[in-house]
Amino acid sequence: MIALALPAATTEEGFVAPTIEDTHYRDILPWGDHYGVWFDPGFGKQMLMVILSVVLIATFFLVASRRQQLVPGKMQFLGESAYGFVRNSIGKDIIGGRDFLKYVPWLFTAFFFVLVNNIFGAIPFLQLPSFSHPGSAYAIAAIFYILWVGIGLKKHGLRYFKLAVVPSGVPWYILPIVVPIEIISNFIVRPVTHSLRLFATMLAGHLIVTLAGSAIEYMVSTGNILLQGTSVLVLVGAVAMYMLEALIMILQAYVFTLLAAIYIEGALHADAH
Amino acid sequence: MLNAAIMAAEEGSSPLAPNWWEFLVTLAGFAVLMFIVIKYVMPAFEKTFAARTEAIEGGIAKAEAAQAQANAALDEYKQQLVEARTEANRIREEARAEGAQILADLKEKAAAESARISEQAHVQIEAERQAAVVSLRAEVGTLATDLASRIVGESLADDARSARVIDRFLADLETSSQSAGAAK
Repeated sequence: MIALALPAATTEEGFVAPTIEDTHYRDILPWGDHYGVWFDPGFGKQMLMVILSVVLIATFFLVASRRQQLVPGKMQFLGESAYGFVRNSIGKDIIGGRDFLKYVPWLFTAFFFVLVNNIFGAIPFLQLPSFSHPGSAYAIAAIFYILWVGIGLKKHGLRYFKLAVVPSGVPWYILPIVVPIEIISNFIVRPVTHSLRLFATMLAGHLIVTLAGSAIEYMVSTGNILLQGTSVLVLVGAVAMYMLEALIMILQAYVFTLLAAIYIEGALHADAH
Repeated sequence: MLNAAIMAAEEGSSPLAPNWWEFLVTLAGFAVLMFIVIKYVMPAFEKTFAARTEAIEGGIAKAEAAQAQANAALDEYKQQLVEARTEANRIREEARAEGAQILADLKEKAAAESARISEQAHVQIEAERQAAVVSLRAEVGTLATDLASRIVGESLADDARSARVIDRFLADLETSSQSAGAAK
């Protein structure tokens, strides 16, 4: 009955589903237009939130790391646990060795930058995961792309490219097939998936919540008692999706950092693979 | 509801097309955060971690040192105990040997003493015997003379009288020797 009522109503009233463009809010401060710059949108909510995340993370960790004591207080314990998690569970376990500490600031910054920006999507009124905008996701993936290629070049010189694309122990007659696959997978697919994974999961979660929200709004505004009743089900589903999305937000921050660590490790020990 | 103007304005753009300002803001945000992390956050945490590790490992090292010291002391005490026991055993053995020695000495001395005493007694007895023999000889001479004079003083022809004299003499001699034996 519900399922029958819904399509009938949409065709009559013309329910317009929100699109991806709805995740791009109106600019707060338009710029670029005046100069004919090819990237013309101005200063928007997403940029504000990226800056907010930097302020929040920096403030928290500056406060937590101030006045360090051997026996930590509450704030210090929280900060230390957070730092220790990235340092040991990601940095030490994945990269290992004596020099993993050099890469911990990258991983640490990435993890909390992504985590806080993702969680913004679950906070009422903010409600926009910054990385649901592709620009941000490309940026942070690009940082790590450049980082691990740079590490590989610094460690192994130009030989790094050979080490990265020519797997050892493969018969020569298979190399013509394997080498292009390795080039594509290591240097093209890897950074693309690294960024798109984050961007797509955030965008999808954000869209679902947005879609559910606008659907509820539409159903309630129709005045149809059946649709209004059905909106409760949508609300329940939306809350469940919201919870799932919150989980994915944390998970994706971890996955992003973990992959970054794996790529760094791969570049460091390219000769061992 | 939703802003139709925005939707219209941005319609057609690919969801994958980035806003380059956002790209730059993200880069800048990451850089600022990274700077703060490297400059302030990480050194502070690492310092604490190192200090804590130091404290824990220092404590462990200290405990290990104390344990080693205690073990050494225990070994020393055991060693001393063993030495003391050996010493005590040695002393006891010595005492026992010494005792045996003393006992043997005393026995020897006693034997020597008894030998000496018996020797002395023999000598004395011999001397007394000699004295007795000397006095007896003198006495026998006197007696013989006495007897002879008596016999001679009486009538030599009277056989019965001489026989009586001899009998009396012998009886005298007997009684004197008996009284001498009783006195002894």
